[in-house]
Order: sequence, then structure tokens, then C-alpha cells
Amino acid sequence: MTENILEINNLSVEVSGKIVLEDVNLKIAKGEVHVLFGPNGSGKSTLLMTIMGFPAYKVLSGEIIFKGRDITNLPINERVRLGISVAFQNPPAIRGVKLREIIGYWTSSIKEIENLLKKVNFSPDLLDRDINLGFSGGEIKKSEILQIMAQKGDFFMIDEPDSGVDVENLKIIGRAINDMLQDKSGLIITHQGYILRFINAHIAHVILQGTIVCSGSPTKILTQILTEGYGWCYKCPMRRKIEKRETKTNS
Amino acid sequence: MSNEKKNREERNEDKLLENFASRLSRKPRKWQACALSNLPDEIIKRAYEVGVVPENSRAATYFQIDHSVISKAIQRTFQGQIEVMSTKEAMKKYDWFKKYWWRLVSKDMDQFTRLAYLKWDHGYFIRILEDQKVTLPLQSCLFVFTDYLNQNVHNVVIAEPGSEAQIITGCAVHPNIHGGLHVGISEFYIKEDAKLTFTMIHAWNRNFDSRPRSAALIGDNATFVSNYLLFQPVKSLQMYPVAYCKGVNSRVEFNNIIYGSGDSRIDVGSKVILQNSEARGEIITRAIATDNAKIYARGLLQGEHEESRAHLECRGLLLSDRAMIYTIPELLAKAQGAELSHEAAVGKIAEEEIYYLMARGFSEKEAASLIVRGFMDISIFGLPKDLEENIKRIVKATAERAL
Repeated sequence: MTENILEINNLSVEVSGKIVLEDVNLKIAKGEVHVLFGPNGSGKSTLLMTIMGFPAYKVLSGEIIFKGRDITNLPINERVRLGISVAFQNPPAIRGVKLREIIGYWTSSIKEIENLLKKVNFSPDLLDRDINLGFSGGEIKKSEILQIMAQKGDFFMIDEPDSGVDVENLKIIGRAINDMLQDKSGLIITHQGYILRFINAHIAHVILQGTIVCSGSPTKILTQILTEGYGWCYKCPMRRKIEKRETKTNS
Repeated sequence: MSNEKKNREERNEDKLLENFASRLSRKPRKWQACALSNLPDEIIKRAYEVGVVPENSRAATYFQIDHSVISKAIQRTFQGQIEVMSTKEAMKKYDWFKKYWWRLVSKDMDQFTRLAYLKWDHGYFIRILEDQKVTLPLQSCLFVFTDYLNQNVHNVVIAEPGSEAQIITGCAVHPNIHGGLHVGISEFYIKEDAKLTFTMIHAWNRNFDSRPRSAALIGDNATFVSNYLLFQPVKSLQMYPVAYCKGVNSRVEFNNIIYGSGDSRIDVGSKVILQNSEARGEIITRAIATDNAKIYARGLLQGEHEESRAHLECRGLLLSDRAMIYTIPELLAKAQGAELSHEAAVGKIAEEEIYYLMARGFSEKEAASLIVRGFMDISIFGLPKDLEENIKRIVKATAERAL
């Protein structure tokens, strides 16, 4: 039997008094890379933030099991210590805090840092700049990937690594992510799926209105979304479940 | 609080302090001149906290304890490039010295300038000679050792045309002092094409009052960089140094990092007066208030020439609900075309930043400490490596203590 690194069971989540995820179930086996598709506001980033343990994302019911351990109520940094890493889509800029200090938390080896920089073609000068302050879109993505590479986790969550990145940098980022994911597990959010040209993803999921409505081959699902949009998803058997939810909400 | 009420309160407080000052000692013991290494350990240790290191690591050293001048040494390599002595000595030595005396700061400015005028206890005179680029920083230390002492120093710094230098000044008191008042008058003359970087670090204590009064005159193509750092508590500190950008293309930068703790009452600001074309000014202030500290962070940009430009940035971080930060940025344009701008923000540590760092593995406390440390980032000051490392250690300890 394949061992799951992450198991989410019947997870419902509230953010600022609004239910954003409802009854989400997801299993990611060790060594598998999953992709999460969904329109804006469907709950993709919420799922990542909840797995990471951000306090604003309040778990109403369900559980998150990581490496066989219930982490639903663990603080963020303890989840990191267990091997979960996240690359954010829009990380905050923090004045005076240097990227070097964050990388330095995980490794003091100059050689290792140089190696990491090379992998994402990242200028060493940026290590001593205030993190994310005045970084370009590409630099932010690279900085995020650099940080999670340094963390050497077992499960990587990456939120839209291909948004706002030019073709050249996308290639660099895509290859670095693929390299990082060798023998590891991951969950990647993407809108256009450009990053999938460089990453061997195993399973894709579509999330609509806070519920995972279908799962399957990443290539097949992406092709359908790109040709028919998310309207296609409403044709699948899960449609009834969504409609039922909508009716319940409206009433 | 209305401005009128606040001004009334300030006047009352200053009156109380003036009365207090009249009861302070004016007759401390006399200290003999000696090498810094011969000073008691507690003084050396405290002086180190404000950036003072052994004489051989600096181009020149001026050290004053209470009313006594301990050291005014210039390293042999820098002889002929700089002059360092007490202002009393300079007054005796040079007739022209009077031209620089009470010229930028008025002796009638307030009761503290009057006090320093009537009861003057040395202070340093530093002169960088024409076209001399002094490669090592100079240092000075004004130390208060005696309990309930009134120390009034008057400093004059002249950067002659084309010269460049960096001065580190530490003002400190013995940690066990129960009360006292330091008044420091400083007049800076940065002549054409000169560049002076002046870094002042204060280490007072919770029973001590301080009233520095400073002004700088900046000539054509000259630059004055003034860095100010305060990490220790103080009973009260009030200063509002002013820089007159009088020359064409004259520049001034004020960088202030103020950490208010305990019951400190800190009223600190910087003024930039732009008086000629291409004059540029910048004020950057970072204020952190914790415990019951009250910080007033002021700033005034005054544009008197149409081709002048200045910016003021003030950020405050509040670490306690009992503390207070009041930022008062002011822009005064007196000429069309003067470009003056400011931005000010005061708040607590952003949760978003904490969680971001926690997602990088830091504990909540470590994350907060890193953010506070980052807030007091001194890497832009361009300090000598040894001083920067020393201050980083102080900042790290301060940030950890703050949380």
C-alpha cells in the first residue's frame, strides 16, 4: 500500500466569518506531485494556508494528517520542522530583514548557499537587501524557491510559481522546482499551467467554491480547462454536489 | 492633547529641570589625563557600548569624564591631517576660533544653552584640515561618572574644504548614576567639497536628563551625514538638531534610530533648511517604543530655494500599549519649486510578517525579534565594520529584551 505524506479529511475552513473550504478531502502519497487548479477565489491559496497553519484560517471541522501525525492544531513553525515548506504567491516585504538571515537559519555553509543561488540564477547581492522590498516579480518567485530549497523539506507547496514571470525565468524556476521535487512530494497551484512544462506532476485536482470537484491526469485536466474553461467542470458528476451547496447557501 | 497644552507642559518640565540643574554638582573630582586602557573597567565597558575603542583603532580620540579632559590623542599617521583638543584649549590657542563659537546655536535659545554659556565644561574641538581624507574614524566620548552632576560641553567640528572624515561620538553615564544633566552644544562647519559623517550614540540611564543642542552649516558641494542611535533608557531627552544647506549642491542626511524603553521621555527631531540650488536633504527616523516610553519624533523640512529637494521618512513601532509614539513631520516651502515630501507610519508588528517568518521555521518570538532587529537596521549608515558589528550586537540584545 502506498504511504501518504499528506491526508486531508473532511476539512472545512472559515476565514473572517466566511466558509471558504468545505468538506475537502485530499491524499498525497510520498513522492507524488499534485497540481491544484481553480478559478480565482475558489479556495486554492486558502487550502495551502490552512495546511501551513496560518491562524486566520480557522478549521471548523476535519483533520490534516502529515506523515501520519495530526497537525491540525500545530503552530506554523512546527509544521515547517516536520518537513512542510511553502512558497508564497505574494509574500510580504519586511524592512531590515535580509534574505541572508532567513537562508542562514537553515544553512551556514557558504558553498551550499552559492549552490542554491546558482540553481535559481539569483544574484548574491539580493541576499543583503530587505526581503521582497523592491524585488521584481521574478526575483520574488526565485527568492521563495530559494528559501524552500534551503529548508530541505519533504513536502513543498508552491503557490503560482509561474505568475508574473518571464519566459527565461520561468524556465529557470521550473527546472529548479523539478530538481527540488525529486523523490519529494508537492502541491502546486497554477492558473495557466505553464510551470507544468518543467515539472512531472502526477495528479491534478480542480477546486470550485471551496470543494475539490475532480481529480485526474494533469495534462488532461489542464487541456480541458484551457479549451473549455471551468465551465467544463460543471459537466462532471460532482456538479450536483456543488449545486446542492449553492441551493443550501442561497436558502 | 492640544499643542498649547503640550507646550505648556513642556515649559513646566523644562522649568523643573532647570531648577533641578541648579541643585546639581558643579564640582566633580578632577581626573588625570591618561590612556583609555588605564581607565576603570566599568568606564571602558560602558564607553565600548557607545562605540569607543582603544586609541590605536581610531585616527584620533577625545575623551572627557565629567569636567576633565582625559585624552586628546592623534595617531602619528594622522598628525598634520587633523586637530583634536578641548574647546577651552582651542579658544586660548586660536583667535579665529571665536568665529565658530555660538554662531550656529544661539546662547539665548533656551535655558539649557544659557546654562552651557555660563557654565562651560570643555567639549571637543575637531578640525579636519584642508583636502585631508582621514581614512580611519575619529572618536570622542563625553562621559558622566559623578552622581548628580551637571555637565555642559560645547563642541565645535570643522571640516575644512575638500576634507573627508568620519567621527563617532559616544555620550554615556555610569550605569549606577541616580540623576544628572548633560547639556551638549555642537556646532558643525562642513566647508565646500568636504564630507563629514558624524555618528552619535547615547547611553544614558533612567535617572538622567539630556539636552543636546546642535546645528550644522554645509557649504558648496559639501555633505553632512548625521547618524543618531539611542538604545538605552533615559529620563528625558530633548533635541532638535538643524542643518543649514547653505551651499550650492549641499547635502544632509539625518538617520535616527531611537529605542525608547522604561519610562523614557524622548523628544527627538531633525531640521533641514535648504538655502541654495541643488540643496538636498533627507531625514530617516525609526522609533521603537516599549514599556511606558513616550517618543516624540519630529522632522522639519524647510525649502527656501526653488531648486531644492528633501524627503522625510518616519516609521514607528509600538511594542506596548502603555507606550506612545507621536510623529510630527512638518514641511515648510518658502520658494516655488522646492520639492518637499514626507511619509510617516506608526504601528505594531504586522502579523503577516510574523507568520511569513514562522513559515520559514522561526518561532513566533524569534520572528518578532528578527522584525524588531530589522526595524533598527543600521546597514545603511556606512559605519566602520567594528562599530557596525558592535551595534548589531546591541540591537540584537535590545530586540530580544524588548520582546
